[in-house]
Amino acid sequence: MSASALSLRDVRKSFGKTEIIRGISLEVPRGQRHAIIGPNGAGKTTLFNLISGRFAVSAGDILLNGESLSGVPPHLINRRGLSRSFQITSIFPRMTVFENIRCGLLWAHGYKYSTWKLLGRQTELNEASEKLLERLNLHSRRNLMAGLLSYAEQRALEIGITIAGGADVILLDEPTAGMSRSESEHAVALIRGVTEGKTLLMVEHDMSVVFGLADIISVVVYGELIASDVPVKIRSNRAVQEAYLGSEVT
Amino acid sequence: MNTIVSSNALAGSVVPVVGLKKYWVWYLMVAIVAALPWFFFNWSTGRHSGFMLTMLSEIGLMIIFSLSFNMQMGQAGLLSFGHAVLFGLGGYCTAHALNVIKAGSIWLPSELVPLIGGLGGLGFGVIFGYVATQQRATAFAMITMGIGELVAAAALMFMSFFGGESGVTTNRMSGTSLVGASYSAPWQMYYLIFFWMLVSVILMRLQTQTPLGKMANASRDNFERAQFVGYDPRMIRFYQFIVSGFFAGLAGALYAMLYEIVTFDAVSAGKSATALLATYIGGVGGFFGPILGAIVVILLQSGISLISSAWMLYVGVLFIVMVMYAPGGIWGLIMAHAPIVQAGKLRTLAWPYVRLLIPGLLVVIGFVALAELVSYVTIGAGQNKKLQYGALTIAPATIWPWLFGVLSLLLGGLWLRYESRSFRSIWNATLEQIKLQTSATGQAGGAAR
Repeated sequence: MSASALSLRDVRKSFGKTEIIRGISLEVPRGQRHAIIGPNGAGKTTLFNLISGRFAVSAGDILLNGESLSGVPPHLINRRGLSRSFQITSIFPRMTVFENIRCGLLWAHGYKYSTWKLLGRQTELNEASEKLLERLNLHSRRNLMAGLLSYAEQRALEIGITIAGGADVILLDEPTAGMSRSESEHAVALIRGVTEGKTLLMVEHDMSVVFGLADIISVVVYGELIASDVPVKIRSNRAVQEAYLGSEVT
Repeated sequence: MNTIVSSNALAGSVVPVVGLKKYWVWYLMVAIVAALPWFFFNWSTGRHSGFMLTMLSEIGLMIIFSLSFNMQMGQAGLLSFGHAVLFGLGGYCTAHALNVIKAGSIWLPSELVPLIGGLGGLGFGVIFGYVATQQRATAFAMITMGIGELVAAAALMFMSFFGGESGVTTNRMSGTSLVGASYSAPWQMYYLIFFWMLVSVILMRLQTQTPLGKMANASRDNFERAQFVGYDPRMIRFYQFIVSGFFAGLAGALYAMLYEIVTFDAVSAGKSATALLATYIGGVGGFFGPILGAIVVILLQSGISLISSAWMLYVGVLFIVMVMYAPGGIWGLIMAHAPIVQAGKLRTLAWPYVRLLIPGLLVVIGFVALAELVSYVTIGAGQNKKLQYGALTIAPATIWPWLFGVLSLLLGGLWLRYESRSFRSIWNATLEQIKLQTSATGQAGGAAR
């Protein structure tokens, strides 16, 4: 039984003949905030898709709280306590902000596929949704169609849906991409708040976000893990600097 | 009526019926529909118009059928080409059940017989839904089409259940009733259908507000996200399909009771298409769209078919026009006016509408004239019919009626194109103005709404 919330064991993924993930092993202990960085096309998002069950691994194994995830479909992985956000905002655009959050809470509150309970009368569920909306600072947008929110608000909503179910392992895929400086500062504060006491694994390009949030940073280049260490050491790591040479190191 | 009120009160904000003051429109509509048969009552003979009652009854059950179709289409994004399978099988189950009840081997009051059809639809929904909901989108549509063809073929093969080409005949007067009705008179049947329609509409409306109903929307819009909040989109589709099957079967049961015969027509692709047409013409986006669509399609089917053999053509053209120019259907068109009505600006559109109406009428007249001429030349003339409308007798052998049709269609079309451009600009300007006004009255107000 592993103590890690998440452990990757020589994970490989190929699409056709191209190997995108070339043997990554990684341990993420419970309660750690872990960031994955790397140049574009390094396979960071693919790695997320493997962990969350969107894609099946070609070889190797991924364990959530010590249990293998191989062959487990995404919704069952989610029920085991792993939740994720997407690089491209993934919300329910034709529902109100409130309904979006409520959908995120439904399964955790045990409603399953009930077709005889009226949502409007589920006081506890609705109160929990309201509370989360407050936390996300989206309460003033409560009844707006989610598709009409500003970009930053949609990202915040997506984080809200992701954590709503109470998962203890959270995967965030570029949560602050495309945000202005002040928006991303808000997002960092939000992420810090809602992932308190949880395990966080995030892909991020914005180095100020990464260095501000992460306990450990892992660097992925061409499908391989070249370094995994505390932020200070990553900053001075030669291999990392080489991989980023001329690109976006800040 | 008591049932209706209490179920509605359950709905809270859903079906808006709590206070009479606020929701009088709904009560009024129910009252009108309840009174409808008496508008077609002949006081001198003391009889209802049988034609009208049958048509109204058919509208009632088609409303249930179309709404059940939209449970899949509108709510869950599942386009089914074989929805009539659930409808028809519900009907067959009911016909057999009625015959058994009549024979005295089981006791079930007529008022509850439709539930047999509902359960039949539900049962077959489990079987067919299990297969069809393995997939979504195009694959789902293809599977349902296959199931439709399969069952239609089976209906002609398995005589004992489907009765072959002649179908299964039955008698709705089973002799048992909770309210002492014999259902010999068409108006009694109308009220039975009316009752079940009300119950079904309310239940289906409420269903949209349940966890399953909401997650059906969610997986329709973003099935991947639905997975990552812990739901299996396949199971959402499956359960939604089954619930939809119950109501389709219920509609089929009422159909069996209304006509006292069920043939393979009831499971055919044509019947499935009727639900699809009604739903699209009415509008898939809102809950109430299919109700309007069912009314329009049955009116065309029953009403226009009396005076023209080309009615199916008109339904088809209406369908194409709606899909092309008003994808939201009739309900979508109505709802597009909501902000304008709220701002009290409907009057500014009155004259533009009149300007649209005139060329619009020309197009319709031209098209109908040509369709009727062609239909007369190909079918009517062979039957020695005369092309006559009131005092107006038309000679299809001369060029004039044809020329009239072509010119009316062409000129009307060009004129309509021109007018619709200016209408669009007026429409957009009005909306723009309203937007400016609301943002001027305060962003907070706009956001809170």
